Amino acid sequence: MSVLLSAHLPALQVVLPLISAPLCVLFRRAGATWLIALIVSWASLGISILLLEQVIANGPISYLLGSWAAPWGIEYKVDMLSAFVMLIVTSIGSISMVFAPNSVNAEIPEDRIYLFYTMYLLTFCGLLGITITGDAFNLFVFLEISSLSSYVLISLGAERNALTAALRYLILGTVGATFYIIGVGLMYQMTGTLNMSDLAERLPAVAETRTILVALGFVTVGIGLKLGLFPVHVWLPNAYAYAPSVVTAFLAATATKVAVYALLRIYFSVFGTKIFAALPIDEFLLLLSLVAILSMSAVAIFQKNAKRLLAYSSVAQVGYMIIGISMVSVTGLTATILHLFNHAMIKGALFLVLAAVFFRIKSVKIEDMAGLGRMMPFSMAAFVVAGFSLVGVPLTVGFVSKWYLILGALEKGWWPVAGLILVSSLLAVIYFWKVIEVAYFKERPAEIGAISEVPAVMLIPMWVLVGANIYFGINTGLSVGAASAAAKLLIGGAP
Amino acid sequence: MIANLPPGLILLVGAVIAPFLQGRLRSVFMLALPLLGILQLTQLDPGNYGAMELFGFDLVHVRVDKLSLVFGYIFYIAAFLGIIYALHKDDRLEETAALAYVGAAIGATFAGDFITLFVYWELTAITSVFIVWAGRSPRAYKAGQRYLIIQITSGVLLAAGAIVRANEVGSITFDNIGLDSPGGLLILLAFGIKAAFPFLHNWLQDSYPEASETGTVFLSAFTTKLAVYALARGFAGTEELIWIGVTMTAFPIFYAVIENDLRRVLAYSLNNQVGFMVAGVGIGTELALNGAVAHAFAHILYKALLLMSMGAVLHRTGTVKGSELGGLYKTMPWTLGFCIVGSASISAFPLFSGFVTKTMILAAAAEQGLVVPYLVLLFASAGVFHHSGIKIPFFAFFAHDSGKRPQEAPMNMLIAMGLTAALSIGIGVYPAPLYALLPFPVNYVPYTLSHVVTDLQLLMFSALAFSVLQRTGLYPPELRSTVLDFDWLYRKPAVWVSRTVSKWLSERLAGIYRDLTGVVQNIIKATFRHHGPEGLMARTNAVGGSVAVIIAMLTIFILVFYWQV
Repeated sequence: MSVLLSAHLPALQVVLPLISAPLCVLFRRAGATWLIALIVSWASLGISILLLEQVIANGPISYLLGSWAAPWGIEYKVDMLSAFVMLIVTSIGSISMVFAPNSVNAEIPEDRIYLFYTMYLLTFCGLLGITITGDAFNLFVFLEISSLSSYVLISLGAERNALTAALRYLILGTVGATFYIIGVGLMYQMTGTLNMSDLAERLPAVAETRTILVALGFVTVGIGLKLGLFPVHVWLPNAYAYAPSVVTAFLAATATKVAVYALLRIYFSVFGTKIFAALPIDEFLLLLSLVAILSMSAVAIFQKNAKRLLAYSSVAQVGYMIIGISMVSVTGLTATILHLFNHAMIKGALFLVLAAVFFRIKSVKIEDMAGLGRMMPFSMAAFVVAGFSLVGVPLTVGFVSKWYLILGALEKGWWPVAGLILVSSLLAVIYFWKVIEVAYFKERPAEIGAISEVPAVMLIPMWVLVGANIYFGINTGLSVGAASAAAKLLIGGAP
Repeated sequence: MIANLPPGLILLVGAVIAPFLQGRLRSVFMLALPLLGILQLTQLDPGNYGAMELFGFDLVHVRVDKLSLVFGYIFYIAAFLGIIYALHKDDRLEETAALAYVGAAIGATFAGDFITLFVYWELTAITSVFIVWAGRSPRAYKAGQRYLIIQITSGVLLAAGAIVRANEVGSITFDNIGLDSPGGLLILLAFGIKAAFPFLHNWLQDSYPEASETGTVFLSAFTTKLAVYALARGFAGTEELIWIGVTMTAFPIFYAVIENDLRRVLAYSLNNQVGFMVAGVGIGTELALNGAVAHAFAHILYKALLLMSMGAVLHRTGTVKGSELGGLYKTMPWTLGFCIVGSASISAFPLFSGFVTKTMILAAAAEQGLVVPYLVLLFASAGVFHHSGIKIPFFAFFAHDSGKRPQEAPMNMLIAMGLTAALSIGIGVYPAPLYALLPFPVNYVPYTLSHVVTDLQLLMFSALAFSVLQRTGLYPPELRSTVLDFDWLYRKPAVWVSRTVSKWLSERLAGIYRDLTGVVQNIIKATFRHHGPEGLMARTNAVGGSVAVIIAMLTIFILVFYWQV
């Protein structure tokens, strides 16, 4: 790789999907647009890996867009945390694009498929942009790019409900983004800067003012909306349930993770840990997320639609991540960042299985899944393994996350919290088992004909993710190493 | 080379390969696995192996010492016998699950740290439930589900305890734990579930009798004995265990006496026998620990033998209900013979395995001056003889003639029972090789005059009691006519007391159970009201409502911040 190209990798990471999106509109043919999306996704994955290597070798990268010096110009920053999150987003994107064509062709009308890939690329671009930017306002721009395009993606769902779900998400998502920008505006008013590092330097001087506190409130609620924080998660279940299957898999594994990333950035890189000492934010977040992990798991138990079930489970899992943040400790943040990665593997795999199920039986109602254990042995086996991981069985990534989370809770002496995390895992056993019971222990009604396993091109991506669940559950070197390095970076102070 | 593999891995790998083999090849392959495993154990030198680091803790995947070795040996032997016993069947689900289950149990006995232990601990749970499900009846399915929940809970408690302990002492090495910390308490609870402590025991009688005739043989050998091993390793000399063990020996007897399903009777007596071991672990002297381990060794064999004989009856007649059996001695003489060997062993007749092991625990209790436990253990020994030693063979093979004339058991079952019976007698006659395997040097001499006489007195009185009860009409009706004059004195109070006690007990228990079920149901109902599809937490509100929630949250945030500054 030439020096020139490698120096511009941060810009390329965002520009590549951004310019290929209109290219898709020009081509319009389903096959061609898929190919573009596929190539761009894998190229971005390659860039992510290169960036991560650069960060490990040489420390954080600062890239000045258009060579305008920060804080006036826009600065892209790649450190351990952002490189790690980009790796999550791009690997999930690459895998779901391999999986996509069959599922997309079956669920979306032929003449709209190019829109799907266009919007996918824009969402992808937005998510990567949020992760890479070092500028608070630029983050808002990418937040809107990813949000607007994901509204379109969701509305492409086959059922009419997809439209109302998308509209709901649009209204609430816009409220969230507006709150965020109001918060950023207030900060700008007090400090005169939008660059995150610069903000971190100037904020302490004005930290005690009410303007900044109000800004913090707006930003917390705004990003909280995007990441599915209880009780402002209400857009999420329907959006996940009615979106096209591949979209659900992609968004569930990446969008909320990137929002959690944004929260981490604002809290730890911009405001710094001092705000937790001064204000009861951590207690607040802890309380909300404890309710989330219990209440949302309970809601999941009573769901009849497997996608909605997993959607509520996602809200509960986001709760785990926020609990980690509320600990304000290296172990807690390690657990949060680790769970970003691990939960992406888990939910990605589970939603891909549901996409395969929908591909065959045109339904993801739990009752319709009777007997699938025999009809689709490989898909359902993937569901079982990924489900174990969700519950936190050892040798899977889910266990590693919970281990660190509980370790963090015990470090703080939060016994009841550790207990509630275990209780919530038991609830996860129940809702996950509901699906298994129907799939494996109920006979398929005779009047519905036999169905066959999905083709290998769908099975392989699914099992790659399942394999990752096991691999990173045993060999925790990369994930835990990156997560704890990122956590130390955040707790240490400004990036 | 073979010595470098973790013990248990042979069976786990074998479990993956076995389902793909056919016919005789598969039988030979499966039989070779435990033999290979025993060979491996003989090659192992004491010490720690397979160290690695995880989460900053040092894992010791394999720890070899005398305590783990003796359990390793008996687990492999039991697997070998169980496989022979099941050779006539072609049930891949059950076979695969059984191989993996035994492999996991052996892996657990060699685990040197809590994380490894936990992994194998859960693996035994997950694999063994398939043996229950292989019973292939709706009852078996339901029982298996309950079994799985309880076993997984045990694992979760173990993990929680291990984390808490790691936080307290900074180490995850699996050694003596003790009860002076919350972590220790959680771990004891986890072990206690698997050992079927009183009030944690119901999963055992619930699930074991629902497995197939071959599956129960496997199930009986490993889970509870793994727990005994874990207790011996972690809680030796913990005084509370004496009382727990003593309770365990005594209270299942009442249930065993009134139970009709003979395999369930054996499940209760399993509970009672494990009680002896738990009490031995609680006493904690070298003699007591040796006794507990030796008793586990002997118990695995004779309990398997008894379950095999009942399994043979089930296989041939399709039932093990005491009320539907009887008179089978005419056509199943070999099975009867083996069953009696098992009965004699469990009842601790001299020259049978139970005698040389159980008396060690009794002697240890006497040595420590534990009068009350000693007496209860004596009472329990009599009770065992009564329900396992006499009731089982009597109702199945004698009693009133049921008219059933089944064939003798299949040859492979007979061979398995024959080998097990031979081992049981062998240990009873010549215990030295078993004693040599025990964790501590053995100075104990089983065949002294006082041991033998005490034991025989006990057995004779118990036999007398059975005959008396038989004739008082507590048992089958055909003997009711021959009531003897002199025993009304014993009869009236005995019957009254046993009836009143059991009635009172069952009413109390049913009441508690009902209350608990009610509470649980109410919780579920309330949860459903708020969390069900139409509940507050789950329904799709109008957008306006959602925005109101958002505004409320923002307001709270800002108000709190204002107030803070």
